[in-house]
Amino acid sequence: MRVIQVITYYGYRDGSGEYYIVVDAEKCNSCGDCIKVCPQKALIMESMFIDLEDKLVAAVAEEHRKKIRYTCSPCKPESGRVPCVQACDQEAITCIWNPMNRK
Amino acid sequence: MGNKEGKTEYWRWLEYQSIMSNIELNSAEIITAGVDVGSVGSKAVIMADGEVYSWSVMRTGSNSSDSANKALEWAMEDTGLTLKDFNYIVGTGYGRVNVPMANRAITEIACHAKGANYIWGASVRTVLDVGGQDVKAIRCDQNGKVVSFLMNDKCAAGTGRGMEVIADLLKIPIEEVGEVSLSVSKEPEPVSSTCVVFAKTEAIGLLRKGWSKEKVLAAYMRAMSIRMSELIEKVGCEREFVITGGQSKNIGIVQRVEKILGVKSLTAPNVEETGRDPVAAGAIGAALYAKALYEKSHKV
Repeated sequence: MRVIQVITYYGYRDGSGEYYIVVDAEKCNSCGDCIKVCPQKALIMESMFIDLEDKLVAAVAEEHRKKIRYTCSPCKPESGRVPCVQACDQEAITCIWNPMNRK
Repeated sequence: MGNKEGKTEYWRWLEYQSIMSNIELNSAEIITAGVDVGSVGSKAVIMADGEVYSWSVMRTGSNSSDSANKALEWAMEDTGLTLKDFNYIVGTGYGRVNVPMANRAITEIACHAKGANYIWGASVRTVLDVGGQDVKAIRCDQNGKVVSFLMNDKCAAGTGRGMEVIADLLKIPIEEVGEVSLSVSKEPEPVSSTCVVFAKTEAIGLLRKGWSKEKVLAAYMRAMSIRMSELIEKVGCEREFVITGGQSKNIGIVQRVEKILGVKSLTAPNVEETGRDPVAAGAIGAALYAKALYEKSHKV
């Protein structure tokens, strides 16, 4: 069976650049370590519907999805550490931060 | 177009219900429904053995549960169906947790991809869903399964609700804005803000400066289209590319997005003849998943 990654991008792109928290649902093992370390309490476990099954996957909580620029600003990767990415053993969470990249 | 105060409501779009008379309901084995309660529109689709039988598209009211009920009741009108006849009902959309008669809820992302797969076929790889209050770019496989998707982090900006506000401001009926916006001889610079509140202020300023309504509309739609295209670029625009949701009817948006991305979107099939309505893509996907979930639980 071919495994297809289900990848979710939470973030924004504007004049300051692009910033995304990217979650790979196939890699996520629902352990919840990322939730514990998020200083903004922005992450939750959310049920995702994949191949007619429900799987708990790390996700940015609904109330933070439209203000990620503020929620995640203390953890921009240039600070050298993004807690949620570091906490994930499965490498299911990545962070994209390209300042001023308008492409 | 007028209401009882005699004021024309330019934003008000046509609500509709339709039944496919060529489908024999009595011989159907599995009857399912998908109810998509969006922030602006509520859609209900009834399927007989996985084919669209009837559907409704109406405005969402202040209460999600009421809207869900009304949309499904309208789709059931003149079909002879009662709630007991449904094998499975799936709720989706912004108000999905408030669909009272649903057996379960599924995110609209999964439903839109599935619905687009049904409407246009297995070749669809990229779906741009332009809803009332947000825009989603979805990549899917040949079975309509989501591969990746991107949610924008902005407000009602550049979406259906924003379009309604601008239509009302410019006094152009919402069904005509696409056509009107394409009547400009030269495409103007986009407005700098796609935020509904700021864009309205900006549009008023441009009108005062002597811009024509058509030009202001084109500038607004250009800004919307650029934003939507940026979203798509992040997930990658693999063909075939389609647009679902209310704005799929807005040729001013469709043509501009196509031009920016350099990709033609697939044209919708004849909605009256096939029941494959891009506006109801989420509800279609929900009804299809309802059938799949029913079959799974009953091992038909």
